[in-house]
Amino acid sequence: MSNVSITLHNNDEARGLIAAIQKDNPNSVSHVYPGMVKIDCPDRIVIFRESVELEIGRSWTVNEIHLSLISLAGNVDEDDDYFAIHWNH
Amino acid sequence: MRMMIILPFIGIIERETTMNVQKKISLKDRYRILTRGLDWETSYQPMGKVFPDVGFEGIKIRNWDDFNDPFRLTMDAYWRFQAEKERKLYAVLDSFSQNNGQTAITDGRYVNTLKLFLTGISPDEYMAHRGFAHVGRQIPNAGLRISAQMQALDELRHAQTQIHTIGQYNKHFSGLHSFRRMHDRVWYLSVPKSFFDDAVTAGPFEYMVAIGFSFEYVLTNLLFVPFMSGAAYNGDMATVTFGFSAQSDEARHMTLGLEAIKFILEQHEDNVPIVQHWIDKWFWRGYRVLTLVAMMMDFMLPRRIMSWKDAWDIYFNDAGGALFGDLARYGITLPKYVDVPAKEVNRLSTEAWSIFYQYTHAAAFHTWLPTDQEMDWLSASYGPDWDRLYRPRFLHWRQMEKEGHRYYNNALPQLCQVCQIPMAFTEPDDPTRVAFRDTVYRGERYHFCSDGCKNIFDHEPEKYVQAWLPVHQIFQGNCGGASLDQVLDWYGIEKGVDNMDYAGSPDERTWKEWEAMRGRVAG
Amino acid sequence: MTIDIKTQVIQPKRQTFKHVADRLGGDRAASRYEEATFDLQPDVNFHYRPLWAPQFEQFDRRRTAIVMRDWYDLKDPRQYYYATYNIARARQQEAADSAMEMVERRRLLDVIPADWLETVRFCLLPLRHYEWGANLNNAAITAFGWGAALTAASCFAMGDRLGMAQLLGRIGLLLGGNTETALIAAKTRWVEDPAWQGLRRMVEDSFVTEDIFELFVAQNMAMDAMVLGLVHDHFGAECDRRGATAIPLLLGFAAEWREDNARWVDHVVRVAAAEGPENRALISRWAADWSARAADALAPVATHVLGTAGGARAMEDLGGRFAERMVRLGLA
Repeated sequence: MSNVSITLHNNDEARGLIAAIQKDNPNSVSHVYPGMVKIDCPDRIVIFRESVELEIGRSWTVNEIHLSLISLAGNVDEDDDYFAIHWNH
Repeated sequence: MRMMIILPFIGIIERETTMNVQKKISLKDRYRILTRGLDWETSYQPMGKVFPDVGFEGIKIRNWDDFNDPFRLTMDAYWRFQAEKERKLYAVLDSFSQNNGQTAITDGRYVNTLKLFLTGISPDEYMAHRGFAHVGRQIPNAGLRISAQMQALDELRHAQTQIHTIGQYNKHFSGLHSFRRMHDRVWYLSVPKSFFDDAVTAGPFEYMVAIGFSFEYVLTNLLFVPFMSGAAYNGDMATVTFGFSAQSDEARHMTLGLEAIKFILEQHEDNVPIVQHWIDKWFWRGYRVLTLVAMMMDFMLPRRIMSWKDAWDIYFNDAGGALFGDLARYGITLPKYVDVPAKEVNRLSTEAWSIFYQYTHAAAFHTWLPTDQEMDWLSASYGPDWDRLYRPRFLHWRQMEKEGHRYYNNALPQLCQVCQIPMAFTEPDDPTRVAFRDTVYRGERYHFCSDGCKNIFDHEPEKYVQAWLPVHQIFQGNCGGASLDQVLDWYGIEKGVDNMDYAGSPDERTWKEWEAMRGRVAG
Repeated sequence: MTIDIKTQVIQPKRQTFKHVADRLGGDRAASRYEEATFDLQPDVNFHYRPLWAPQFEQFDRRRTAIVMRDWYDLKDPRQYYYATYNIARARQQEAADSAMEMVERRRLLDVIPADWLETVRFCLLPLRHYEWGANLNNAAITAFGWGAALTAASCFAMGDRLGMAQLLGRIGLLLGGNTETALIAAKTRWVEDPAWQGLRRMVEDSFVTEDIFELFVAQNMAMDAMVLGLVHDHFGAECDRRGATAIPLLLGFAAEWREDNARWVDHVVRVAAAEGPENRALISRWAADWSARAADALAPVATHVLGTAGGARAMEDLGGRFAERMVRLGLA
């Protein structure tokens, strides 16, 4: 089993996104660095639009992830309602 | 009898369609319609003539439509997000310049890492821009082409924002003023320059594997994270900001690189050995360029973030392992010579810094010997061998400095024909013996620093014999003249200002003046 | 009350980079455009010949017959660098989004007579493939052109043309009742309808044009003058007459962009032509040839939209204005 990961800005704009990821991926581990948060999780991380919207109290499109994203490791799958990162092996 | 009123009837139907409460189109569909629908099969001019560069590399594509777009960005969203990022970045840059942010760094020596970056890396961002424009012109598939085009735009962004960010340092420090001129001429800058020249002159598929995959996916974290974290640890908030901002584009680029390579591998089994060789080649080529990063991390940052060894473990061994696990089902294996970096890891940065220390008179940044404390950190990071093999060397040089005989190497070094680094690396299994490899091609002998570089040459000798080798060029009289002074003039290096040791440099004087000023204000 | 701020004046050692100062004629504060553009492209000591074009250097002035003493004379009068470019387009896109939303919300397409709506579909939607061709050509100029002044601006133009193709695509979705029906029909027209084949043939011919400055003139000056002129000036006016004001509204961004882009194109052509008589002769010939071909190619579309007499008048008007523009830019 390998970790996938997503690294996001650690700022006010990304706070809701980070909280949503942590809630929806209970196996994830977050590492806080200066200015950024790296979230690792075995095999798969998924981000649900609804969860993010619940956190930030406004509508959110999956594309907006580009404003907070710093890096990721894994294959990307995205649609209207979710953004997922996974390995295929 | 509706058939009797065909024309109005069509009209009514159409009105009804537009008046219906309209269903929402999904992100995937919207992207597909707006992007993938744009292409057509040309017929007045044959496709082979419209896209002439996709055939010669031997890559077989059964169906271009199989390409799976990683991020479904349309241009409107691209403009919106990128504008937002740029507004934020330039607000920070403006405030950095208004507040003289360059005075807040840990130490004046730190600026030398920025010199290495602006002269070595930023011009390569520009080259990446042109390379992706070429792919964005040549690939006969709308999805891949647009992703490449957006990356071409992004890479221009990186070059330009780096110039604007480091431009503030250029106003106060030496060695940055002629970064463009230097990149095309100075001996050690031919290492990153030849790397990108190599990629851009390759075919579009190789370029995607070289830069999109091997560089962006496998190695980029080793380049950017050390520089950006280094900036963060050393108080350079402007560089941190552009770094993080650029990384958000890199995440998109990495994903494109991975999707592109999977697409090529899935199209035909004959593609696998071709791609494997490219992975082998570009892994090694990239690793050799990263020598400069290793040196920057272990010797040039006043406040260290982590050792080169730690970075290699985290960003190559861990992350790379998962990645190659994913590619194993296509028959792709870890790159050839992947074991060598582990064997060199304890000495790579030391061997590199030693080169620059000896040739400080011909460099566009300053050098210095590590302090006792810094040597303790190196030995803690690299183990007892470091103390045994390298501490004595630095102590010896320190003694020579004390006696007024600072050591300069005035002989021009032999360069590796492929990576163009002076031949100073030692044997993977014996750190006391310098490694030499050679090949005779068409009656001429060519020299290499390693099996990795020799292997690259032997696959494409006709390409690598063309290399513009700085030392050869000096001997041939193409670099302004035969004396060091003439060559430095030609390089654009200001003598006694840009080169030589940090101690006694104008940079050091500037930094000490600022420290004194701070003392007065505080007092 | 006075506030005493302790300030230390820190004098910079230099104002800008040396290569920028050399172009400004001295070390003085340079604009962000200048620092981000001047001499950015490597021009010497290339290591390897391209495997895909060994007859050329990696970047090569011989990609065109046009000769410039200094290719950085072809500056972008808009002074776009990446940040200002994206910020300008994001603002325009926002206005375009509002326009589109208003048309949808107030159902402004519903008041357009059905036969004219069909003409709109016929005339407008296949042009997204024309824009896609313009995107490809500006990618070629970016890949093969000489000097960052020209190629950075052409890279922005490449992005612009994708944006314009997608703007037309979104209009097509609206005109297809949020389905891709209208766009599929438009693609069939682009590929098969006899009225469109002249233009498609010309676009495909431009794809294989090897001289990179000829391609610039063909695409960004000549073909655009005819195609975009027909759309925004003649077709747009006809829409207004027929109560289809929603269409020019939806095309507002494209119309504004066209003027912005033409400022760049005109400047580049004017400066390159002023360089010498050989340049002027070449550019004049290219402009005349490609615009004449474009006029012929477009005539069937103009006739379909504006009728035989109206179409002829429109093409004559566009031809006349192009001739005036050539004179204005110093072309023979």
